[in-house]
Amino acid sequence: MSFSIYDFTAFNQAIDKALFDNCSPFWATVWELTIIGLVFLIAYALMGLFLVYAERKVCAFIQNRVGPNRVGPYGFFQTIADFIKLMLKELITIKNADKVLFNIAPFIVIIVNFMAIAAIPFAKGLHAIDFDIGVLYVVAVSSLSVVGVLLAGWSSNSKFSLIGAMRSGAQIVSYELSVSLSLITMIILAGTMQFSAIVEGQANGWFIFKGHIPAVIAFVVYLIASTAEINRGPFDLAEAESELTAGFHTEYSGIKFAFFYLSEYMNMFIVASIAATLFLGGWMPFHIGGWTGFNNVMDFIPPIVWYIGKTFFLIWVIMLFKWTFPRLRIDQLLTLEWKYLLPINLVNILIMAFIVLMGWHF
Amino acid sequence: MKEVINPPAVNIEEGEYHINMGPQHPSTHGVLRLVLSLQGETVKSLQPHCGYIHRGIEKMCEKDTYPQIIHLTDRMDYLSAHINNHAVCLLVENALEVDVPERVKYIRTILDELTRIASHQLWWCSFGMDMGGQTCYFYGLRDREKILDIFEESFGSRLLHSYYTPGGLMMDIHPNFQKRTKDFIKYFRKKIKDYDYILTGNIIMQERTKGIGYISKEDVISYGVTGPTGRGSGFSCDVRKHHPYAAYDKVDFREVLETAGDTFARYMVRMHEMRESMKIIEQLIDNIPAGDFTAKMKAVIKLPAGEYYQRVEAARGEYGVYVVSDGNKSPYRMKFRSPNFSNLSALDHMSRGYKIADLIAIGGSLDYVIPDIDR
Repeated sequence: MSFSIYDFTAFNQAIDKALFDNCSPFWATVWELTIIGLVFLIAYALMGLFLVYAERKVCAFIQNRVGPNRVGPYGFFQTIADFIKLMLKELITIKNADKVLFNIAPFIVIIVNFMAIAAIPFAKGLHAIDFDIGVLYVVAVSSLSVVGVLLAGWSSNSKFSLIGAMRSGAQIVSYELSVSLSLITMIILAGTMQFSAIVEGQANGWFIFKGHIPAVIAFVVYLIASTAEINRGPFDLAEAESELTAGFHTEYSGIKFAFFYLSEYMNMFIVASIAATLFLGGWMPFHIGGWTGFNNVMDFIPPIVWYIGKTFFLIWVIMLFKWTFPRLRIDQLLTLEWKYLLPINLVNILIMAFIVLMGWHF
Repeated sequence: MKEVINPPAVNIEEGEYHINMGPQHPSTHGVLRLVLSLQGETVKSLQPHCGYIHRGIEKMCEKDTYPQIIHLTDRMDYLSAHINNHAVCLLVENALEVDVPERVKYIRTILDELTRIASHQLWWCSFGMDMGGQTCYFYGLRDREKILDIFEESFGSRLLHSYYTPGGLMMDIHPNFQKRTKDFIKYFRKKIKDYDYILTGNIIMQERTKGIGYISKEDVISYGVTGPTGRGSGFSCDVRKHHPYAAYDKVDFREVLETAGDTFARYMVRMHEMRESMKIIEQLIDNIPAGDFTAKMKAVIKLPAGEYYQRVEAARGEYGVYVVSDGNKSPYRMKFRSPNFSNLSALDHMSRGYKIADLIAIGGSLDYVIPDIDR
């Protein structure tokens, strides 16, 4: 069994072969799915906890504070301590809440997260499912999270939650358009919806550089729209704490609240991953077409490092938004989408199609 | 037991619903309860319910001597404690016709203005927070801390000072006071630019405040709204200008007036007022005359029988103290005219027809302190 940090394909195939050699095909598949599920579960929890920690440190950095610094070195285990506390807390279901929906809602949000993560290529060969319609799948799945948010707000039997959920519904449905359209712009450039092919297509230059100005516009629009889609500041109207206390998850406590909280951070991770994959080359190192020597040097840095670096850079940018801007109002939010981002996007698609048609891209 | 049924405050129309904002809510700045009547996100009307932190200060004052009353005024508008103390001190001094030393007047003016800056800083923090920009909170608190440190070194307390006594001050200022105050002014002149960078110049903030929460000059006067809120609508109501007390007649400063009457105008009034306060302090800090820090007062202060009223310009508006004395060492009746109470009464008028998010911004621009409303 050969293991290389540069290419996980051989390693994965070796495990696959070993399982199929030793078990019946049915049990081999069951084992594989179990292993993948466990890996994702652990990675998900750790990543979520780390992002919460990162956000607290970043916001502390912006706000002249130290941030968590008591539990563990540099307060690294603070979020784990918080998580344990949340797990031990009582789950309160308030009177007259719709119990079934109230209990299902956090799980819907989490499941949607898992489904989206499955399609993301983390490194060469480190990829759970590789569809030929990968981008479409991710867009379709991530828009489902609005169902969980709406159910949470509706079933809580609280007016604050309901207002938050309604805002969230309007917001996610609107901004889904801009997200999809800016992704379509890039798909026109890439010529495929398969994530692995998109990443391979950037072997001689990332799409944001290859696609001229339309790619840059699509990137900016995507960042704005996706920040809005995942309900983060300055678009965090769904949970606007100064207005609605906590919005749609006001009435949740304990681990159910933690699910919403984690899913918010994992949504940020997914959004940043997709942006990194479509615009910044995913796990592809920084290549410049024709410069073989330079490209070879860049290849020495493992793809997983490139991927994590790009994703965390984008997460950092999204965090900067949140901690430096005031919040928009609901009508301004919808105006921004329908009057500015959507027309810009539509024109942008046309320009991109024209550029690709004429073969003007690099 | 008979069941108590509260009649609905207004007739509920189709599609209208009520929501209780507070008494536990992050943006009511304390235990204020607003009963909102909403249609979708639009505020149809609202009813403030006060009294959650009512302590009966006015009644307590009837048993206390005048020096004791000063300690109670701290607990009303705790963010402008010095100014509240000042009102009671001035009232007693004017009633007894005491000649207060010039030194006291200068120091009181400087401390009042420092308090005003500190109060406006905290308002800026919480206004930013209400708008969703949480970083503002820490910027403002960082700078406010410097003022509180000066207070702490000078007379030992940071929030509830009770430093003024009838006739003067409790003790003389600390030798470092002048130097540290000058250092602070130098520091804050630089830092107030940060405030403009992070909030005033922000396009989202301007979009959310311009034209929101309009109140006309006539309405401001009829509601009795004073202070920066009133001056945002062009109502010239600065007590420091119109009825100068302490050393305000000796300094050159501008009464900040804006005419737009919206949330942004109220915001800008306060931002300019911080700069004007720094100007006042700069004019006085080097010229504090030598002399006693208190006038000679009797051990037991008794006001001659009669009615007295004294007003000062607190950080949020006109703060008045009304005393009916029967010649005893404690007042027969005491009434405080707190600026926040009148300002809050205009909230319903200001926020009708705007969204919930606007209501929060308007409330932030009123800068209410609940213990001052409830007393």
